[in-house]
Amino acid sequence: MDGEDGAPKSLMEEMYANGIEGVDDAPSSSTSTTIRKNRPIISGEQLDIEAYAALYSGRTKIMRLIFLADHCDNSGMQLEALRMAYDELKKGENTQLFREVVQKIDGRLGPNYSTDATWCAMVDRKANQRKDKLESELNAYRTNLIKESIRMGYNDFGDFYYAHGALGDAFKSYVRTRDYCTTSKHIIQMCLSAILVSIEMGQFAHVTSYVSKAEQTPEALDPPSIAKLRCAAGLAHLEAKKYKLAARKFLEVGPELGNSYSEVIAPQDVATYGGLCALASFDRTELKNKVIDNINFRNFLELVPEVRELINDFYSSHYASCLEYLGNLKSNLMLDIHIHDHVETLYDQIRSKALIQYTHPFVSVDMRMMADAFKTSVAGLEKELESLITDNQIQARIDSHNKILYARHADQRNATFQRVLQTGNEFDWDVRAMLLRANLLKHEYNLRASRKI
Amino acid sequence: MNSMEGLVTQIQGLSSTASDVLMLQNLLKQANDSLHAESTRLLPFLDQLDPSKHSLGYLYFLEACTAGPITKEQASSYVLIIARFLSSCVSEQIRLASHKFISVCKRFKDQLVLLGEPLRGVALMLTAIRKFQSSTEHLTALHPEFLLLCLLAKSYKTGHSVLEEDIFEVDQPKDLFLYCYYGGMICIGQKHFQKALELLHNVVTAPMFAVNAIAVEAYKKYILVSLILHGQFSTSLPKYSSSAAQRNLRSLCQLYFDMENSYSNGKIGDLETYVQSNKERFEHDNNLGLVKQVVSSLYKQNIQRLTQTYLTLSLQDIANTVQLGSVREAEMHVLQMIQDVEIYATINQKDGMVRFLEDPEQYKTIEMIERIDSSIQRLMILSKKITLTDELMSCDPSYLSKGCRERQKFDFDDYDSVPQRFNV
Repeated sequence: MDGEDGAPKSLMEEMYANGIEGVDDAPSSSTSTTIRKNRPIISGEQLDIEAYAALYSGRTKIMRLIFLADHCDNSGMQLEALRMAYDELKKGENTQLFREVVQKIDGRLGPNYSTDATWCAMVDRKANQRKDKLESELNAYRTNLIKESIRMGYNDFGDFYYAHGALGDAFKSYVRTRDYCTTSKHIIQMCLSAILVSIEMGQFAHVTSYVSKAEQTPEALDPPSIAKLRCAAGLAHLEAKKYKLAARKFLEVGPELGNSYSEVIAPQDVATYGGLCALASFDRTELKNKVIDNINFRNFLELVPEVRELINDFYSSHYASCLEYLGNLKSNLMLDIHIHDHVETLYDQIRSKALIQYTHPFVSVDMRMMADAFKTSVAGLEKELESLITDNQIQARIDSHNKILYARHADQRNATFQRVLQTGNEFDWDVRAMLLRANLLKHEYNLRASRKI
Repeated sequence: MNSMEGLVTQIQGLSSTASDVLMLQNLLKQANDSLHAESTRLLPFLDQLDPSKHSLGYLYFLEACTAGPITKEQASSYVLIIARFLSSCVSEQIRLASHKFISVCKRFKDQLVLLGEPLRGVALMLTAIRKFQSSTEHLTALHPEFLLLCLLAKSYKTGHSVLEEDIFEVDQPKDLFLYCYYGGMICIGQKHFQKALELLHNVVTAPMFAVNAIAVEAYKKYILVSLILHGQFSTSLPKYSSSAAQRNLRSLCQLYFDMENSYSNGKIGDLETYVQSNKERFEHDNNLGLVKQVVSSLYKQNIQRLTQTYLTLSLQDIANTVQLGSVREAEMHVLQMIQDVEIYATINQKDGMVRFLEDPEQYKTIEMIERIDSSIQRLMILSKKITLTDELMSCDPSYLSKGCRERQKFDFDDYDSVPQRFNV
């Protein structure tokens, strides 16, 4: 900078303009030379499906790929996703899903990717055989009344049903193991399996109850399990639209999670969901303490540098760049199965918070500058501010002629007098009405009493 | 005839002291049937009696005369007679035969309605009420008749003067319902919407075992007045209203509930189409005028909402937001509201801007202090009244006996003061 004269001026300009200089500070844009592994997967660029799918394993990988295929516009990406889903399904035993995916592909990928009826029949036959075997084993164990083997029998049944896509039966089998659990480890295992199936089924009420059950075990849990349980709880809250609670849960997830919960959620997701929910629901102090200063969470945020940048921008009041990051992320977030319903709400909340935070320290604000900072027109801004004022989130008044927003603080003294007079009137009226009603009741009662006599 | 004459002389003789009057009353009660039998021929006897001295006897004769059906020609002569009686009768004597007095007044009202001249009866009914009621807090059966006459004669001010008094004692619930309903209508006519709301609220929340027609009509008006006054309406009745009302009123007034829904959306166009499509039903309930007032109040509510968010706003913007036709209309509305002291604003015609101001009331003037002081006094009197009523109630034998019986059902603490056994 130009020395001491230049410094305060540039500070003021920065304060007013909320410019986009923040982008230059981000280190991620200059790391194009780094290894492919470190490239952010959920970012503003188009989603790299292979890398995205590599984060997950098991059934959720297939479900996510199918969701991607259903919701994205790009037919190239669609076919890519379906192809990967097909390959993944061939490795498993879920013939129902297989048929669905084949139907979606609809022959577009060539003859290699069509209905493989022989494979389906073989898998089904093997499934029946296995099921019979499991049943006979379970019956044998039940007659022997050995708890541990009965438990394992039901567990195997649960795994079997889960692999074949019969989620309801899988859930029931896992729950039945509860009666035969002897150690806390068994209970944890049961809870985790139940949680997994519930998440796949979309029944998040069960998730919450099993998380609390698992957390109540008397023995201390090992850190990965704690992290997994917290993730599951966070997901349940997210689905229930309780963004604050979801944010808190996600922020508490320790770095021990690693990739151990890839059947449900990836660390990138923890960072994204946690970051966005926190931004939408926390106030400034909480945001600073729990997100920005949180060392554990910083590890997660490194995986999604755009989210990290946008949180920092929001905190330092660079709203234009913050909103720009959000806009870039939006298209990829809409392809994620857990958060796509909530993207709009979260974005609206973040934008409102930004508007409120902008106006909070000032007595008067020039709406033209504010419109520039938020990349919108003055008329649009006026509408947004009007709805915020009506909801009593901003205490201010709009001078529509000069396009200035004036802060307005209610006069406590006058307000108190007004309330006093009003309360007096209401009391007066209520008491009179009450005496009248009491009189009527007494009259009724006397009438009835006199009739009896 | 002889018995009649004998009766007349007895009346003339026994109307001087209180004990004589009591004796007279017994005699008159016994002679009641014979009086009714001779009803058509009693008219000349009335001339022999003086209403101010022989009020009781006059009353009996009068009641017997007017018992049968009356034609229009007879009505005008009877009206004169009753008018003279009402203006000169003595309150102690008429209170002894309250039923007769009430029926005479009722017939008076009917005759006036028949003649189509309700205005003649307004002042007379007012004097009748004043003579009849034992205290200003007492509601008599005459009150609703009086208010009905006021409504028909459109003399709202006289009606209003009666409504000013607080009522605490009621003889018949039906009187109260009619009184509050007519009272509410009078207040609406005078645009005292707050008082109207109170009266109609009393009808709607009064204890009743089955919903009656008066309550239904009152509820419809209540919804409309509450929309005009507050711009909103709470769809659930308070907890103290009777269960019959809570269950049934809603279904009977569904039309008005739907109107409230379209009102709360804030769009004039929707509301107007709704009113237009249901015009006949509103007319059938005689509420069309009120409904039209509700529509115009929606403009006011919208403009008032604007005062909360804007300091200055152009007239064009007001017209657009509130969906008024033109800038001129917006200006007229705002001007009207400023004159009615519903908002505080100044209009700048050069720029076409309206500047909204704060309520200039500073609560520092002497008048304000006096107002607060008088409110406090009033409320203290009311509180004392409530404590008194509570004490009286807790000494009431029927309450105590019922409380003893119910004691096991309720919390120990509530009934601590009630003895275990109470034999009346």
